[in-house]
Amino acid sequence: MPQVKKILVACGTAIATSTVVARAIEEALEARGIQIITRQCKATEVESLVQGMDLVVTTTPVPSNLGVPVIQTLAFLTGIGKEAVIEQIITTLGV
Amino acid sequence: MISKLEEYIVPEAISLGLDAASAEEVIRNLGGKLMNAGFVRESFIEAVLAREMKMPTGLPLNGYYNAAIPHTDIEHVIKSGIGIATLVKPVVFQNIISPDEKVDVRLVFILAIEQPKSLIEMLQEFAGLLQNPQLVADLMHAQHLDQVHETLKKAPSITAKV
Repeated sequence: MPQVKKILVACGTAIATSTVVARAIEEALEARGIQIITRQCKATEVESLVQGMDLVVTTTPVPSNLGVPVIQTLAFLTGIGKEAVIEQIITTLGV
Repeated sequence: MISKLEEYIVPEAISLGLDAASAEEVIRNLGGKLMNAGFVRESFIEAVLAREMKMPTGLPLNGYYNAAIPHTDIEHVIKSGIGIATLVKPVVFQNIISPDEKVDVRLVFILAIEQPKSLIEMLQEFAGLLQNPQLVADLMHAQHLDQVHETLKKAPSITAKV
């Protein structure tokens, strides 16, 4: 049984956009029969929490060279390019 | 039935057809109204301005108008509420995801959020509003509070779609 993929969802935090984004990602993938685990954090915490994660999805800039793929996108807030980003997430996770 | 989004709009902090020359002016306008209405502390405006410099909130949308969502940390908020400004001409906010890029904004939502985790439903409706160019346009054309409410009522929660 393959290990469930983990996505770290980051935002600037004061208004919990990462929660909205995390839920949107979970629902979108679930609708495609894919289970994932999400964890939320502030953009400033990404570096310290990225160990063991398979992907970072963020609405604000984060450091590069994290050793984990990073997708920077507003698609789950604005809807622009959402389908393409979902495909990108699926491809990046290899699920 | 009142939606979550409608519940949090502060009627005293709505500036329709505002003629502002800068993002700062809009933030001072809406922040001042939220303060007078008892939603935020005196420190709120400067905190929002400072945060906007470091972590801008310009949001390019799918349609004719772009938005911005200036806000700050919970310590400057007394109770949660949202102020809205529709602008007669665009002001520049930097892009939330590419801070070097400018976004011409005519729709500003100032967010005073005291307990972010308890407002997820409201935020999902808010995202639903932002994702609908027709609703955004309706909001831009509103001339009275009633029309603002009518538009907000229709904002779908993004969890409704999969």
